[in-house]
Amino acid sequence: MTIQEYFELVFTDYTLRTITLGTAVLGAICGMLGSFAVLRKQSLLGDAISHAALPGIAIAFLLTGTKDSNLLLIGALGSGLVGTYWIRGMILKTHLKTDTALGLILSIFFGFGMLLLTFIQKQPNANQAGLDKYLFGQAATLVESDVRLMVIVTAISLFILLLFWKEFKILLFDAEFTQTLGFNTKFIDILITFFIVLAIVLGLQTVGVVLMSAMLLAPAAAARQWTNSLAMMILLAAIFGAFSGVVGTAISASQNNLSTGPVIVLVAAIFVLFSFIFSPGRGLLFREIRFRQNRRDLELKKTLQFMYSIAKNHENTSHPHAIRILNDFRGFTRGTLRKLEEKDWIEIHGQNWSLTTKGYETAENLYNQQKPHD
Amino acid sequence: MTEPQIEIQLIAAVVAIACAIPGVFLVLRKMALISDAISHSILPGIVIGFFITHDLNSPLLIILAAITGILTVVLVEAIQSTGLVKEDTAIGLVFPALFSVGVILIAKNANDVHLDVDAVLLGELAFAPFDRLLIDGIDFGPKSLWVMGVVLLISLILLFLFFKELKVSTFDAGLSSALGISPIIMHYGLMSVSSITIVGAFDAVGAILVVALMIAPAATAYLLTEDLKKMLGLSVLFGVVAAILGYWFAHLLDASISGSMTTVLGIIFLLTYLFAPRKGLISVLYRQRQQRTEVSLITFLLHLNNHQEKEERHINHLQEHINWQRVRSKTVVDLAERNNMITVENGVVSLTEKGLEFTELALEYIITNRDEKIEHMKDDFFLFRG
Repeated sequence: MTIQEYFELVFTDYTLRTITLGTAVLGAICGMLGSFAVLRKQSLLGDAISHAALPGIAIAFLLTGTKDSNLLLIGALGSGLVGTYWIRGMILKTHLKTDTALGLILSIFFGFGMLLLTFIQKQPNANQAGLDKYLFGQAATLVESDVRLMVIVTAISLFILLLFWKEFKILLFDAEFTQTLGFNTKFIDILITFFIVLAIVLGLQTVGVVLMSAMLLAPAAAARQWTNSLAMMILLAAIFGAFSGVVGTAISASQNNLSTGPVIVLVAAIFVLFSFIFSPGRGLLFREIRFRQNRRDLELKKTLQFMYSIAKNHENTSHPHAIRILNDFRGFTRGTLRKLEEKDWIEIHGQNWSLTTKGYETAENLYNQQKPHD
Repeated sequence: MTEPQIEIQLIAAVVAIACAIPGVFLVLRKMALISDAISHSILPGIVIGFFITHDLNSPLLIILAAITGILTVVLVEAIQSTGLVKEDTAIGLVFPALFSVGVILIAKNANDVHLDVDAVLLGELAFAPFDRLLIDGIDFGPKSLWVMGVVLLISLILLFLFFKELKVSTFDAGLSSALGISPIIMHYGLMSVSSITIVGAFDAVGAILVVALMIAPAATAYLLTEDLKKMLGLSVLFGVVAAILGYWFAHLLDASISGSMTTVLGIIFLLTYLFAPRKGLISVLYRQRQQRTEVSLITFLLHLNNHQEKEERHINHLQEHINWQRVRSKTVVDLAERNNMITVENGVVSLTEKGLEFTELALEYIITNRDEKIEHMKDDFFLFRG
């Protein structure tokens, strides 16, 4: 199937439509809530939580014996929250640092989950096949009820987001100030974290434990480069996320042997790379251009300053001097001279240059910050 | 015990020791999550190495994968240095992308590669003894034992040679560069050793569980001691204990060995986290409560010192005016009475001689902010701490 065929089929084929819709909604909710994770410096919390959810899935299966994905997700939510709570406890109450706490929870919970999964595999009731899909995710197993659940959760979190918009925003940027204003910071904090955990758990079935953190981070990190407004960032992140979901699904559906999760992550990574380089405000390309412009400007002014230091010793400041005498000064090039002439700061006559009145005044006030300069 | 069983435990123990040593430094340098990033992003390195060598234990593959690991560190640092995203985001962006590349490489070449993602991520220790090192038909024991043995030997030699340098650069990068020890070389040296260890170990215990073997013993030891040598020793001990207990636990449940090793590590950590003598949760909570009581006591004594009027010093006043709960006021009053700071007559509290002296000291303590001036006071100050 080519990509073109995919787009023709996506509106008619049930499976494709479900999967595409699912990954799009997932991308959107992850981008939305991921923005908070990124801005709160909790980027890797997502990684830890997604791993920590694994034993919950196994325990839910062991207790109920069913593979109903909603039940398993509740288990995942439970153990994800336990993991989050433990991480917070460790950071607050012991001298272990955030990174150690995250790595510890991530690996220990995952190891315990693996123990349970292998234990389940050896059990006599052969109903267990399919639990591995939570490891790497299988978008192909999405059914309409899963997508419906995603849409409902997205709607709820959007509602909560709008309801507590002011609180979320203020907590994000100044936690202490929020507390002094009398907001219940603990409650807001728990609310945000809860929804981040919820988004992660929802994505496990589609992109899996390992790649879930990128799903959360990448759209938000890309969106961050284009705007300084929180609302705009969340909107952009949701769009980037949804777009990565759709494009990733399209690419993986059009090729054999390509699982959806990694492709979505790579598409999102390309978004990030593109944003890093080409975003006008913060991007590396424009930053480099601005940097070079500033440097050239500085060199220009250095040359002007040098000319000024020569000219000020003469009664007639426009007295012509030979270009030659600039030679031991490094800032000068043919290009700079031409630029200076364009700015009407100097005049060039053959092998001689002379400062104009305008150039003399500019040079005089070059380091004088009080005077407005052009 | 059969021979494979002994060999499995031996391999597990060697892997645990090899991981614990760099793990201690990663935890101390607040770089624990780099191990997580490396363990995932070596996947493309392993896959490409496997295309070339067709042998999971080949030294070339290990070197290629280790280079991918170091590349990850370089990439993460490059992204961090642009300042476009916060530090942790850089880690979170790099490794899933590289991991995805690895997964896709495997998937696209599924027909020619006998390697699957599960094997790389999860590993299987139970099969390790069956991959033997054969030279001229002579059996030298399991291959992975040799691989990890060599890795362990290298990191031990480096540890003994550069112990001082590692210590200085870990705790004080500024001092270390002043002494002529480049923190950058130490940093990349440590990263290389971690990278090689992770690559060597993934085959036996899997990429994610390597992270547990690196971080958990070190974090547990860190809760028990602040001495680097003791911390290294304890980490190695915890690693080995987890390896052997984990093996038998897995044997009992008939489940994944690496999973049960991690679970044992988790249990050891949980117990230490709760019960560690000074840094454990219970002792921290106890100390915090005690400090709260002590501060309340000082507030109370100062209040008494300020008021001569009877109604201000009445015991009921504590609850009404200072707004303490009954339990807390009772604790504070009891504590003060036990230490002969106050006397209570008909519900009116008054300071004793000793209480007065103490209050004066407390005032001086509060007013003087200079550490050296109050140093001698600290001893008689927190007299209730035992």
